Amino acid sequence: MSEVSRRTVLSLGSATLAITALAGVPAFASLTDDSIAAFTGGADVVDGGVELTAPEIAENGNTVPIEVSAPGAVAIIVLASGNPNPGVATFNFGPLSGSRSGSTRIRLAKTQDVVAVAKMEDGTFHKASANVKVTIGGCGG
Amino acid sequence: MAKGVKPRVKVPKTAAAGETITIKTLISHKMESGQRKDGDGNIIPRSIINRFTADFNGQNVIDVTLEPAISTNPYFQFEAVVPESGEFKFTWYDDDGSVYETSKKVAVE
Repeated sequence: MSEVSRRTVLSLGSATLAITALAGVPAFASLTDDSIAAFTGGADVVDGGVELTAPEIAENGNTVPIEVSAPGAVAIIVLASGNPNPGVATFNFGPLSGSRSGSTRIRLAKTQDVVAVAKMEDGTFHKASANVKVTIGGCGG
Repeated sequence: MAKGVKPRVKVPKTAAAGETITIKTLISHKMESGQRKDGDGNIIPRSIINRFTADFNGQNVIDVTLEPAISTNPYFQFEAVVPESGEFKFTWYDDDGSVYETSKKVAVE
């Protein structure tokens, strides 16, 4: 990614954040929707079928433990709707993957919804989200 | 950031054929997000591990794409099926082109 395009993306992100904060809408900035659309290719996303485990309150936004799991998934994308850049991670499961699950630790800039979208073997998409209250944000700055 | 990067992996030494085992991986890396600024207000350039893969005897187990929102010292826990004795191979890909590798043998009893 070039320096210029990253800057553009960042400024877009903060603009979206500002609008979201003003309107008082808690979830789904357009960047998150864009990321979901890029992942699904515009297909319908059904709620449920994915389990997203995240703490209700995270004291330190620098390391928030999360776990995603979706039986029968080929890929799961994790997005943080309130971060300057919503992408967090994409888990692609291979033939030797056991239960389709993964845990990691993520950074969250502020209190926000974390979203997981799973692509299933039959080509459908499922979604889950969890609200995480962040005491100290984890994006530096 | 090719210096001081140390991968650590926890895999059971033995397993039953076809058993699902849990694997934990951790690698020391500062995962500079590209969002932070130094003392002079200049943005510190992004420097992260952008991909992590685990394979068993050449077959893929998991392939993760990492974004800057992954914490310092990226940690992953996941499950794998072990059909026969063999070796897990773990690979991390750095933004700067470095590749970090480690492997663990598993014996099927």
